[in-house]
Amino acid sequence: MRSFVRTHATEVSLLAVIIAISAVLSVSTANFFSLGNAFDMLNISSVNIIFAVGLLVVLIAGGIDISFAVAASVVQYGTAIALGWVGGGGWISGLLIAGSLGILLGAINAFLIHRFRVISIVATISTFNIYFGLLMFFTKGVSIYDLPDWLTDRVILFEHEMPDGTWIEITLPVLVMVLCVIATWVLITRTTTGRQLYAFGDNPEGARRFGINIGAMQFIAFGWLGLMAGIGGLIQAHYAQEVVPNALYGRELDVLAAVVLGGARLGGGKGSVLGCVLGVLLISITQNGLNLMGVSPFAFKMIIGAIILVAITLSNTGIERLLPFASQKGSGR
Amino acid sequence: MNAIVERLKTLIGPEMAGPGLAFLAVMLTFGIASPQFLSAATFGSVAFQLPELGLLTLAMLLPILTGGLNLAITFTANIAGLTLAWVLQSNGGVDAGPGAFLLGSVLAILVGAASGVVMGLVIAFTRAHPILVSLSMMIFLRGLGEFLTRGGDVSGFPAFLGPLGHGSFLGVPIPLIVFIVCVLAWHVLLTRTKLGFNTYMIGSNLEATRYSGINTRKVIVLVYALSGAMCAIAGIIMLARFNSVRIGHGESYLLITVLACFLGGVNPFGGFGRVIPVFVALVVLQLLSSGLNLVGANQHLATAVWGLLLAGVMVLRFVATKFKISFVRKET
Repeated sequence: MRSFVRTHATEVSLLAVIIAISAVLSVSTANFFSLGNAFDMLNISSVNIIFAVGLLVVLIAGGIDISFAVAASVVQYGTAIALGWVGGGGWISGLLIAGSLGILLGAINAFLIHRFRVISIVATISTFNIYFGLLMFFTKGVSIYDLPDWLTDRVILFEHEMPDGTWIEITLPVLVMVLCVIATWVLITRTTTGRQLYAFGDNPEGARRFGINIGAMQFIAFGWLGLMAGIGGLIQAHYAQEVVPNALYGRELDVLAAVVLGGARLGGGKGSVLGCVLGVLLISITQNGLNLMGVSPFAFKMIIGAIILVAITLSNTGIERLLPFASQKGSGR
Repeated sequence: MNAIVERLKTLIGPEMAGPGLAFLAVMLTFGIASPQFLSAATFGSVAFQLPELGLLTLAMLLPILTGGLNLAITFTANIAGLTLAWVLQSNGGVDAGPGAFLLGSVLAILVGAASGVVMGLVIAFTRAHPILVSLSMMIFLRGLGEFLTRGGDVSGFPAFLGPLGHGSFLGVPIPLIVFIVCVLAWHVLLTRTKLGFNTYMIGSNLEATRYSGINTRKVIVLVYALSGAMCAIAGIIMLARFNSVRIGHGESYLLITVLACFLGGVNPFGGFGRVIPVFVALVVLQLLSSGLNLVGANQHLATAVWGLLLAGVMVLRFVATKFKISFVRKET
């Protein structure tokens, strides 16, 4: 237990903050501490968590990606059109199309980064502009509301009537989110590829000399994020029941902030799935709590921005600097 | 003869090759494709559109030179614009006098600089990554602005502000004059002052700079403060041009300013890059957008082409260095 605390300092402190905020909110608002609210939050944050675990893999591999949210919009649109061609389709074909489109877009980033040694932020800023510009140009900003029925029908996996007559439910996005989280966790902690991703992110040159295929690492990392962006895009279309070309525009920076809040390091080699999920949850719990407390929605972003700023400042200052005695115990590094 | 070529080479510098070639390519392509392209109207419209994006790019340039990034630029500009707007409104709105404008502008620049100082302090003292610090500052400022304006517009400014956004002086648009003055100021700052020298040094190697006795923290804070002040100037110009302030104004410029810097040959890791090539890169971007407009495409296609241009320049640079290396090897 103690070693877990030491090795997972970010996750533990995030969890502590989440518990503290939840405790305050449970006391100060009537509706926060209820199963229904918790389920609502899970349903709402599903897409962001799917994006976040994808981005986590890229961050671990030492890259950064600005273009994934726009890529997800491209995937949404492309999938909606492709489904029209094949005459409807179903969940399997939808996920297949969205996933492969996403992987393709991720592979373009990886190709630029690996083949031409463009650093990832430059490459993804250029693809961000290319994807978004072309998407808005070809769609003329027109949304698609005419989606296949299977895509817009809400799929309720679990429902339960509460004593007061309201229904609580877990919907399909949550299931997909859980599968994506588990898959990412298996990829980065239980496979050789995962170890190699960490090694590559921590020290690319060292990894290369060790015989790790650097090109493969880039394609796996960006391909994985592409896959997650594709799935997330489809799920977002399912959840929102429409495809709006610029709906996800700007989401990338919010997700990035959440992932980094969860302990991933810009520069690679560090980060965990648990921290990443907690980072997203912290932000959505705060947002949900502010909502329940009746704070004006216009103030949400301000408060959340301030929280992230403080959290990043503290996490970089390091707990050992704030607590001098802790550094002696953990002087292993 | 050789000496002249060498002099020219050092004067233009290697950073100029990318934007210079792109400039020629754009002029040639659109000059042939559209007869109206090489006209005063095109350059007039470019001259009016250039300053907003250009001033924000200057604000982005300094942090990038130190190896950082300032993602908060557009919202800093809008918050500064709001400051000016409120000073004008509390002094009679449409009837506000030049005094109120001056006071408001000074306050706006102070607000912009203050947001930069906060970021600079956090970056310098906690060694947090500039992307994260400025990102959270961006989210905070966007929230603050939405909170204060409820997402709406603030408008109703005195008429004498109009010329600042739309007027011309001796045929040159006034926003362009402001922009060129700022470009020159940045150029002098970076090439002639100690602060500029230290900025490059920090971008090349922060630790070595610190060990050589330079107060790197002070330099970083100053760099971000100047970046914030430049955002404020952009905010004032944007206020005059749109005749309103809205917190979302210019949001789409954010990543394009980064694109313009990289296109202008600035090293993404900091330490290398000059103001003039960035200026040329900006002109190229705007000419491209106007040219596409003339042949019937819209702004979104221009955005895509800008992205392609950046990717293309990066790929060409890679190919060029590779070619140069193999060329040198053959010779020896």
